[in-house]
Amino acid sequence: MIGIEHYLTVAATLFVIGIFGLFLNRKNVIILLMSIELMLLAVNINLVAFSSFLGDLVGQVFTLFVLTVAAAEAAIGLAILVCFFRNRGTIAVEDINMMKG
Amino acid sequence: MSVFAFYLFAISAITGGLFTVISRQPVHSVLWLILAFISSAGLFVLLGAEFVAMLLVIVYVGAVAVLFLFVVMMLDVDFAALKAEMAQYMPLALLIGLVILMQFVMAYGSWESAHGAAAQLAQPIPEDRHNTEALGLIIYDQYFLLFQLSGLILLVAMIGAITLTLRHRKDVKRQDVMLQMSRDPAKAMELKDIKPGQGL
Repeated sequence: MIGIEHYLTVAATLFVIGIFGLFLNRKNVIILLMSIELMLLAVNINLVAFSSFLGDLVGQVFTLFVLTVAAAEAAIGLAILVCFFRNRGTIAVEDINMMKG
Repeated sequence: MSVFAFYLFAISAITGGLFTVISRQPVHSVLWLILAFISSAGLFVLLGAEFVAMLLVIVYVGAVAVLFLFVVMMLDVDFAALKAEMAQYMPLALLIGLVILMQFVMAYGSWESAHGAAAQLAQPIPEDRHNTEALGLIIYDQYFLLFQLSGLILLVAMIGAITLTLRHRKDVKRQDVMLQMSRDPAKAMELKDIKPGQGL
């Protein structure tokens, strides 16, 4: 029988793969955004797994909100990326130091 | 049967995630990401959350992944050069990934549900309703403000994305409505009296 530990393991593995991707693709912003989507997906799996095994529906409601924020974040991130590429002709993250922050 | 389905979806989700990260072509990355999302939707169905599963397919595969594909294909970037230094970061990335995985294992290994947690559920899953119906009943009732707020987030994101990417090109002739409206018909045409045989 599949218990909650199995789902948590899958979610943890996906989350770690997302962090792994953040460090592995230090230069490619598109893959960075995809890694962030993977991490949010792992969080969603956690929420739904707990919601199902504890018998509480609120977890799925919050999954909806996480999904909304993830979609908005992807749209804004890609818009910034397109804008940056139009101005600079590259998407390398290390070149983004115009504001000297 | 459900055990087999779980392992199928779990393994394909993790494979999709892994190849999203290490694949050399960004287009392949997006396709692997789609595989990860669809497999996660399958996991959600196994967990009894059909509505969220369908939402995942519609929102992620239908909107976000297509957005990623558009951007990857529109930008003319030398991805091979960006990927060249991947091997250099590999040991650090593996180390950090292992550390975080160990932390997860330790956290989950000692986790257990609190005493009396079952009696304190905010919204117990109703037995006699479908998942979508039950979700709709509580979203439009008790979480209505949060639901409206998430709509507001989407609106702001839409306005932001349009504002960021909209540009007016100088070399394209456009209709200027204010200029058209403010034209005076009396000054628009000038009559010249030209004598025959002389010209202007």
